[in-house]
Amino acid sequence: MRLNKIILSFVSALVILFSTSVASFAKVVGDKIILGAAISLTGKYSSNGVHTQNGYNMAVDRINSMGGVKVGGKTYKFDIIYYDDESNPKRAAQLAERLISQDGVEFMLGPYSSGLTKAIAPVTEKYGVPMVEANGASRSLFTKGYKYLFAVLAPANLYLDVAIETAVELNGGKPVTIAQAFEQDAFSQDVRLGILDAAERTGSKIIIDDKLPKELNDMAATLVKVKQMKPDVLVVSGHTKGALTAIRQIAEMKVDVPMLAMTHCDAAKLSKQHGKNSQYALCASQWHKSLTYKDDFFKDGMTYAADFEKEFGYDPPYQSAESSAALLVFKDAFERANSFDQKKVRDALAATNMQTFYGNIKFAPGGQNVDKPMVLFQVMCDASGSCENKVVAPLKWASAKLIHPIPKWSER
Amino acid sequence: MITLQACLDGILLGVLFALIAYGMALQWGVMNIINIAQGDLVILGGYIAYFMYLYGIHPAWGVIVAPVIMYFVGIAIYKLVINKVVDRDLFISILATFGISILFMQLMNFAFGADVVLANSGYGTTMLFDNNVVLPNSKIFSAFISIVFAICLVIYMKKSKLGRAIRATAQNARAAKILGVDTEKVYAATFGINAALCGVAGALISITFTIHPYMGLPYTIRSFMIVIVAGLGNLPGVAMSGMGLGVFEEFADYILGTEFRIGSVFLLLVLILVYRRFKLSRKREYLK
Repeated sequence: MRLNKIILSFVSALVILFSTSVASFAKVVGDKIILGAAISLTGKYSSNGVHTQNGYNMAVDRINSMGGVKVGGKTYKFDIIYYDDESNPKRAAQLAERLISQDGVEFMLGPYSSGLTKAIAPVTEKYGVPMVEANGASRSLFTKGYKYLFAVLAPANLYLDVAIETAVELNGGKPVTIAQAFEQDAFSQDVRLGILDAAERTGSKIIIDDKLPKELNDMAATLVKVKQMKPDVLVVSGHTKGALTAIRQIAEMKVDVPMLAMTHCDAAKLSKQHGKNSQYALCASQWHKSLTYKDDFFKDGMTYAADFEKEFGYDPPYQSAESSAALLVFKDAFERANSFDQKKVRDALAATNMQTFYGNIKFAPGGQNVDKPMVLFQVMCDASGSCENKVVAPLKWASAKLIHPIPKWSER
Repeated sequence: MITLQACLDGILLGVLFALIAYGMALQWGVMNIINIAQGDLVILGGYIAYFMYLYGIHPAWGVIVAPVIMYFVGIAIYKLVINKVVDRDLFISILATFGISILFMQLMNFAFGADVVLANSGYGTTMLFDNNVVLPNSKIFSAFISIVFAICLVIYMKKSKLGRAIRATAQNARAAKILGVDTEKVYAATFGINAALCGVAGALISITFTIHPYMGLPYTIRSFMIVIVAGLGNLPGVAMSGMGLGVFEEFADYILGTEFRIGSVFLLLVLILVYRRFKLSRKREYLK
């Protein structure tokens, strides 16, 4: 009996030793640094999930082919273990657990969307696994005091406040009237909070404040109100569906509004799906290829866009660009930490201060990037009907002059 | 003017809902199956029109092509799944169609991607009353086509042999079978006709709204509700209740705010369900 107990404890000890040693070697196997990522490859976010994955893969290939990551005098290459989270937050949290406790991953890349990042962040935080994420912009991610979460993108509340400030500026510094319609999800509601702040700051008045349902398909009632109350600015945020529905119905109902600002225009391929009807729409974007930020790996936005198109066959949306930037941040942090110790890497990430082709990156204590402003582009079409997105604000990067007010439908 | 605008928007929307609901009522009445995949069949019809649009064919032709394809999709679903559950408990058929719904969502996502898409009809807009009432022509077109299909279906059900057989089976399946009606064929045809109606509605939705693989459920819920209000086998009731629901939604949206639109639909559903609690306990019978 006693012998049995001794054998049992010996075997358990061996199992524990073996499993911990697997875990501690799993982060770096040979010359590979293994990162983990749960990405939406199926389900409702799968398009943007694939953009995210393509962005990650592009950066991994580029960094590996340009010498890899140098830590402790040795060169390492990046590798990523992907799992499909099926666009489901619960699944994403399970997969994060699996990546960390079974696969032994010690550094994570973020999933797509604020909702899924919110599901994963408590898990990475619990295990002290540094996560650099590129697609969760919700402000609530950065107010929870997470120590291991770093986002290369600007938070959601900054998406459209530039539009309000621009409208006030164009109105001779006088307050404007705002109509807004937002979907009821974490991201869109954060964008709404940003507008509320901007309205308060500028003394502007919100005259319509609608919340759009998730299965938003028809916003005719909101637009009837807009036609009646004639606001100076109409702001809409409801992901791709919101952008497409808004443009279709604004054109069909001939709603005249001096400024129309929205999110997710490039993901919705507005200019492609709606052509001239989308003209003059102002869109918030994390990145545009015409921006002149530079780094050693991708050079600049234009080169990145050309290389990306060569590899994947389409123009990179900002979701891909920011995902690529996340890998550049990890590489920089590993090299500065000169170690694979999670705490040291976390501290190095917190001290990040760099420029990438995607923008400047510097993290606030909450983990959000505070050194990269949002840009606004406007859809501009030529006589032949082909449309293009041109950056109009901030002025420093503007490649075209903002057309304001939007011409009336009867004059187009 | 706002009232008129909301009414007209609601009616045009409601007619489209009514078309989907009529298919559901038909199937429910004949086979006693509540089809949870109704909305997904609609979205699949929408993708047929969208793909025609992508290949340069005007999406309005989708209202001819989509029902033909969807009829056969419906027959296939019947042969593969529904005929195995048609004589079982209502709960089993709900589970089976729920499964079909999930399968369709995933397959559509796999085949067409998760992007929200739409087909542009280029139909322009009709302005009334000194531009105070605005009606997109695509919505008018949708309502018109829905009415045409509904009328054709009523005539077909009244005049054709199959239509009469369907009605006979709905009234009393056992008696119909004794009198020589091939109920199996009737069930398959009913499911096919329902899928075809969904195809028409889907094509119309792709040119009036947007489509997405996961957007089917709201259409299932609305058609379920219309059928509950109107009762089975009551086409004028379905049409009226469809339009009523459309107008109710637009007004709820306008008065309470868009965030309460779906909520008010659900609230109405609960109220009606409570009211009709007893009327729904209908004698169930099946024959294979």
